[in-house]
Amino acid sequence: MKIAVNVHLKKGVLDPQGKAVLHALETLGFDDVKDVRVGKQILIDINTTNKEKAIEVAKKMADELLANPVIENYEIEVKE
Amino acid sequence: MKVGVIVFPGTNCDRDTKWAFEKIGAKVDFVWHTEHSLKEYDIIVLPGGFSYGDYLRSGAIARFSPVMQNVAEFAKKGGYVLGICNGFQILLESHLLPGAMTRNENLHFISKFHHLKVIDNNNKFLQNLNVNDIVNIPIAHAEGNYKVDDNTLKEMYDNGQVLLKYCDENGNELNPNGSVDSIAGICNKEKNVFGLMPHPERAMESILGGIDGIKMIEGFFK
Repeated sequence: MKIAVNVHLKKGVLDPQGKAVLHALETLGFDDVKDVRVGKQILIDINTTNKEKAIEVAKKMADELLANPVIENYEIEVKE
Repeated sequence: MKVGVIVFPGTNCDRDTKWAFEKIGAKVDFVWHTEHSLKEYDIIVLPGGFSYGDYLRSGAIARFSPVMQNVAEFAKKGGYVLGICNGFQILLESHLLPGAMTRNENLHFISKFHHLKVIDNNNKFLQNLNVNDIVNIPIAHAEGNYKVDDNTLKEMYDNGQVLLKYCDENGNELNPNGSVDSIAGICNKEKNVFGLMPHPERAMESILGGIDGIKMIEGFFK
C-alpha cells in the first residue's frame, strides 16, 4: 500500500522558502498570490493491504522521524 | 581530561575540533558513529558538518545512529556534551536540547565572523566569561534559525539556559538568521548539554582571525 506523508511547517513558523517562491511568482506576474508555503511529501510503500494498519504505521513513522513536532505538522494520505 | 569527538558520515569539523581541544591540553579521540562505549570520556563533542547529507532535516538521521543512544545515556548520567553547529542540530533532533532549527530567514548559507553576547555564564562552558562580554566567533550555516515555543523559551530564561545571542561589535542585538530573540547558543536544564551554532574551534589562533574560542572551550577544563 502506498502512503504519502505530507510535512509542512506549522502556521506561525516563518517559511522563508515559501516567501522566496511567493516573490518569484509575483515577479512572473502572478499578482493575486496571497501566500505560499513549501512542504515536502514522503512516499512510502508499506508491505500490507490493510489500510488502517498502513495509516497507523505511517503515523508512527511521522511522529518518530519524518516530522519534527516542534516546527512541523503532517497529514497522511493513502495513495492506493 | 579525555574528549571524544563523534564522527558521522558527513561530519567535516572533526579535525578542527580535535585540534582545538588538544591545543588546551586535552587528550582527544575520534569516535565513529557506530561505537557503543563512551565510558572513558569526560566530554563528548558533536562537531559541525553535514551528517548524513542533512537529509530530511539537519541532524534528523544522525539521531538514530548507534552512538547517539550512548550520548543520550552519557548526558543523562551528567556527562558534559557540547554540540557545535550540526552537532547542535543533532542535539535538538535528539531532544537533548529544547527547540528546533529552520532555514536561515534570508535563505543564504552565512559564513563569517559574528559577534556574540554572553547572556548567562552560570555554567561550565561559559564560566571563564562575564555576562555581557562580547566575543567574535565564526558562524557557517544555512539552518541556524532557532525556533522554540513561548512557554519553553520563558522556562529557558528562568533557568539560565539562554547562553549566547548574536549582536554587533557594541553588543546591540543583530540577528543574522532569524533566530528567536537572536539566540545563538543554549544549554539544557541540568546545564551539562550545550549547543551553539557558532564555531569556537575556529577562533583559536589570532593568525586565523581571533582567539575568543579559547576562553569558551577552556571552561570545560576548570
